[in-house]
Amino acid sequence: MQIYLPIAEVSVNAFLLLGLGGLVGILSGMFGVGGGFLMTPLLFFIGIPPAVAVATEANQIVASSFSGVLAHLRRKSVDLRMGTVLLVGGLAGAALGVQLFAALREMGQVDLLVKLCYVVFLGIIGGLMFFESLKAIRRAKGAHSVPARKKHGLVHALPFKMKFRTSGLYISVIPPLVVGVFVGILAAIMGVGGGFIMVPAMIYLLGMPTKVVVGTSLFQIIFVTGFTTLMHATTNYTVDMALAVLLLVGGVIGAQIGTRIGARLKAEQLRILLSIMVLAVCFKLALDLLIMPVELYSIGAAGSH
Amino acid sequence: MRVLLASLLMLVTAAAAQAEKVVADLSLRDVEINANFDGSDILIYGAIKGAKEGADVAPLDVIIAISGPAGPVTVRKKDRRFGIWVNTQSVEVDRAPSFYAVASTGALADTLSRNDDVRFQVSIPRAIYSVGAPKDIEDPQTFTDALIRIRKDNNLYQQLDNTVELFDQTLFSTTIDMPANLVEGSYPTRIFLTREGEVVAKLATFIDVRKVGLERWIYDLAHNQPLIYGILSLVIAITAGWLASAFFRYLRF
Repeated sequence: MQIYLPIAEVSVNAFLLLGLGGLVGILSGMFGVGGGFLMTPLLFFIGIPPAVAVATEANQIVASSFSGVLAHLRRKSVDLRMGTVLLVGGLAGAALGVQLFAALREMGQVDLLVKLCYVVFLGIIGGLMFFESLKAIRRAKGAHSVPARKKHGLVHALPFKMKFRTSGLYISVIPPLVVGVFVGILAAIMGVGGGFIMVPAMIYLLGMPTKVVVGTSLFQIIFVTGFTTLMHATTNYTVDMALAVLLLVGGVIGAQIGTRIGARLKAEQLRILLSIMVLAVCFKLALDLLIMPVELYSIGAAGSH
Repeated sequence: MRVLLASLLMLVTAAAAQAEKVVADLSLRDVEINANFDGSDILIYGAIKGAKEGADVAPLDVIIAISGPAGPVTVRKKDRRFGIWVNTQSVEVDRAPSFYAVASTGALADTLSRNDDVRFQVSIPRAIYSVGAPKDIEDPQTFTDALIRIRKDNNLYQQLDNTVELFDQTLFSTTIDMPANLVEGSYPTRIFLTREGEVVAKLATFIDVRKVGLERWIYDLAHNQPLIYGILSLVIAITAGWLASAFFRYLRF
């Protein structure tokens, strides 16, 4: 069934959109990522104009994250306090990122920068997670190993300590704030919620338990993407409500299923799956940059360089 | 009835003495884009009044061109730099129609002379208007060619040779298939009558393409009340998320 999208001004198959939404929703629920880094390129691929894809995707992430976070709240696997600290940093970072994005657009080549950002960050994060989880799985397979003692590094030496009961942490608020700002900047530049950077950062930099990380990540993604949606709607008029509704119907259902699948998997398995997915997207994007494209030319709206 | 026909015939013969004229109509003057719009076939038909006859008179040809709203576009070219493919050059085309279809009784090159093509901007390359590329671009024509190629692949530019049917040098008709990804606006539609490549008569009209119903409402809200629209989008998103969550809890899946 074809449907004409009022803002995107293209006609697409409604079931295709529902399916895409569902698939990305499952991943979102499982891993606590918004799924933007997967959905946005997929929308480009089916012919949605990039500006509309990025803006509408933010709106859809709000829905699937909200659906996911409710499931996590019920399971008490959301660290609201940590989420709020990350969010404060995240919003500041996003505001900064939007300015940076505008400045880079003036200089040209913003597309390339976004793509390179994707390749570099997805590559580093995916690679690190993959090898770390592999090690963890090997350890788990061996005899009951002694749980590794947490290192008392810089994270524990900083001032302004705060108790994060749900995460079982007593650390300074500075590292989560910095992580929030950093992820906020990247999220604004890359046009995604930032979950795929936030999740590993929470696990490896802040030392949060994996079970809490997913819910907490979703919690802060809701606000960051909600803010982004409003920004896009009021400045660029590029949020397509019809497209968003179709994506989010599939997305919210998928997120519920994904959350339940995630709850049944072991933390290491969850991490290795996420890392494989991240690496696959990274590989695809890198390939696009390296292989000679079939069509060397592309058409863009005038004025945007 | 007979009187009417007779007077019509008289009119036609009277007109014949003066000049050849074209009258035409469209099966659809307003294309309405609603939620399940998936393209539209438009039948264009008409008659030629006062066609010259005789052994020494060459036959007539009909060319029909429909154009979408035109605007500037940027065409970019990728090149290999440091091992990766990046956009290096760009050319701004001053005015290119978002949609363009040109149908003719024969091959367009045979039915229209170069001169008249330049004069009336009928063929696809002529319908695109470009003042000139920056000096550092070696071959600006390849950029316009690329624009035409890409839009042809998307069915947005159509050259439809041998698709206009002309009966007895008087009645003509053709069907133009307008794709689903149409832009809103007024679509100038021109009909040319040519003989040996020279335009002898022409007629211009419009097809109005616009969104209706829910499409119209969403589009207007997004542009006139962006803040309300944005908030509404968020409310829908959060409600949908909450509903799905509540529903799945009810199912106890």
